[in-house]
Amino acid sequence: MDLGVKSTPYTSSNASWKSAADAVPGRFPAGLKVLVVDDDPTCLRILEKMLKNCLYEVTTCNRAEVALNFLRDHKNGCDIVISDVHMPDMDGFKLLEHVGLEMDLPVIMMSADDSKQVVMKGVTHGACDYLIKPVRIEALKNIWQHVVRKKQHELKDKDLEHSGSVEEGDRQPKTYEDADCSHSANEGNWKNSKRRKDEEDEAEDRDDTSALKKPRVVWSVELHQQFVTAVNQLGIDKAVPKKILELMNVPGLTRENVASHLQKYRLYLRRLSGVSQHHNGLGSPFMGATDAQFVSMSSLNSVDLQALAASAHIPNHSLASIQAAALGRATSKSPIPLPLVDQRNIFNFENPKLRFGEGQNESSSKQVNLLHGVPMNMNSKQLSSLHQSALSNMNMHTHPQTSQSSSLMMQMAQLQPQLRPQNLNDIKGSRNGIEIISGPQYTSHPKPSTSADFTSQSKDFSGNKAFPLPCNSGMSGAVMKGSRAFLPNYDVLNNLNQSRNQEWRMQNAGSSFGLPQHSSIQRGLDVSSSLGESRILPANKASLSLVEGHGNTPNVSQHLNFPAYDKSLRSKAERLPGMGFQNGLLHERFGQEDLMSALLKQQQEGMVVPVETEFGYDGYQLDNLPV
Amino acid sequence: MEGNQLPCQASYMRNALFNQGYLDDQFLQLEDLQDEANPHFVEEVVKLFYSDSARLIRNIELTLENTPSDFEKLDNIMHQYKGSSSSIGAKKVKKECTQFQEYCEVENIDGCLRTFQEVKQEHASLKRKLENYFQLVREAR
Repeated sequence: MDLGVKSTPYTSSNASWKSAADAVPGRFPAGLKVLVVDDDPTCLRILEKMLKNCLYEVTTCNRAEVALNFLRDHKNGCDIVISDVHMPDMDGFKLLEHVGLEMDLPVIMMSADDSKQVVMKGVTHGACDYLIKPVRIEALKNIWQHVVRKKQHELKDKDLEHSGSVEEGDRQPKTYEDADCSHSANEGNWKNSKRRKDEEDEAEDRDDTSALKKPRVVWSVELHQQFVTAVNQLGIDKAVPKKILELMNVPGLTRENVASHLQKYRLYLRRLSGVSQHHNGLGSPFMGATDAQFVSMSSLNSVDLQALAASAHIPNHSLASIQAAALGRATSKSPIPLPLVDQRNIFNFENPKLRFGEGQNESSSKQVNLLHGVPMNMNSKQLSSLHQSALSNMNMHTHPQTSQSSSLMMQMAQLQPQLRPQNLNDIKGSRNGIEIISGPQYTSHPKPSTSADFTSQSKDFSGNKAFPLPCNSGMSGAVMKGSRAFLPNYDVLNNLNQSRNQEWRMQNAGSSFGLPQHSSIQRGLDVSSSLGESRILPANKASLSLVEGHGNTPNVSQHLNFPAYDKSLRSKAERLPGMGFQNGLLHERFGQEDLMSALLKQQQEGMVVPVETEFGYDGYQLDNLPV
Repeated sequence: MEGNQLPCQASYMRNALFNQGYLDDQFLQLEDLQDEANPHFVEEVVKLFYSDSARLIRNIELTLENTPSDFEKLDNIMHQYKGSSSSIGAKKVKKECTQFQEYCEVENIDGCLRTFQEVKQEHASLKRKLENYFQLVREAR
């Protein structure tokens, strides 16, 4: 396929990036930021025009890797992603998973292939919709519903964590329930689970009224460790939030906090189990009654396997064994590798992840091998610094960073790509099959080039700053809608059918990461990370064509990967105040982002200010947000 | 310019293309996208299609020559070409593509070879007709 190397990786058909920032909230869904990924230039051009006619802001991209880089670079640059299924450099479903994990955006798949298997694959991988080519403009007019739905779901999720806002959150999603569009299958389950959750929430509210007013819980490293210890003590099967809460014995922590964290943790483990299967060839215990079609995917990277594992009801004992392995106990299963991708996606904080991994290191050297060159012994300070550098990456777009940042970024980039090849070493795509380009060989990169990449990139996207704002506007609507069947209720995990589990897993993975979800959708979609497929990168009023324009793309992407995560978190927190579309949404969205932003702030206080100012956000205070 | 507002000759040709099954509804979608800001949108897209699809056609040809038993690859390339041609509303071309893919499915190389000739023919035929059509449209402006 024509790689279309151009001078600028993004092409914009609109004049100004900044114009997006002027998006009027009341225009929603106009101004929705859509990223279209299709290797067919004809289709891409047609879709671009159609989406523009729908008054969306369009970014086009003919390569999945470039698309992922764009998404990572511009956390708030996209509300929803539309991707072709068959692409030469990366399977569309893979992109779907990555977007779901990293950015937690709604992703719409499209293809000329309308066979049931492919459509089913889209569903199980977490696509929020599947369009058959040739696409008609009517099909595109309502894609905004996916954004809203996802936001809705995230808000609902947040509400679980912050009981103080539960009632409000309950109210909001309910008002949108009627406005939900088609997707009846999802909707039905979603509504049911929502009701269940609502009831549970309300019951909990009454019990925990005294704790309602406490500030949002930040799952610090120590807290997470306590949580993990408690879970392990109880055993993954018996680890219910109430008991975990008791074991943890943390004053001020509510059952809801634990419940939501447990849910994310389970998804994280599930993903790990998929990876471990992949790496250790232990497919059978997890595959269970998997679809033959999925089994045939075993040659794909571990991400697919995880999806597969998730879709096949992972028995609790399997999860438990995974966990046990992770903790260094002797099990028949191999130790769980810690794909940084998952770590990044599922849990917002690197430290606990690494610790998790470090613990595993002791149990098996395999894990270490998996992370070529990855500094497994990174301490929390290093992680924090990486975090900072990731954040500083954001600044890179407009100002070249200091050498320290560059080295940190490179370090971070190292982390990311390292694991990818591991996890995705079976990917058929030529480019490591993944967005993360150069994996292990990314040992040292000259700082200047790094800076140069960013600088040049920043030139290309002078309107970066503008992204978040428009995104916000687009996002606010999206935030409101709860996603499909993704119930924040952790109990649902076991109850959902395969496809839901799949989607959910991915969704939650993305949401808990919180980081990668730059795009406005991510903001609201923090909760539903896995589905990140629908990462929407709103193209600020511009139609951007993302083409691999730079030979350094791999480096850049690496840099961008990490920062993207951080940025998304920050951008989320920052965007809230700016969000305009629906004020009610602000409240809800904020909940999720508060958690993440607070966590981020904890870790990199020094970086907060520059980031905020760079993106033109007034230093908004978390306290000021009505929750 | 709206399709139904074309001057006589261009309009006549346009109708013929639809009536004779060369174009389908998707072409109408393209026409609907054409507006003042993009007054030649349809022609641009068609040109884009023909310049891009040439390489797909070439790829299929090479595959049929070098590794004719690689039906999966043939199907993949044809799938791309079919998606692309269907996006401009190339009805007859699309039909031949489907036929080709069916032969790939049953691994009938002769069927594939024969059908591919049809694909190329329809591809070239539509290209000529559309070039003529756009010429008429241009002259009428």
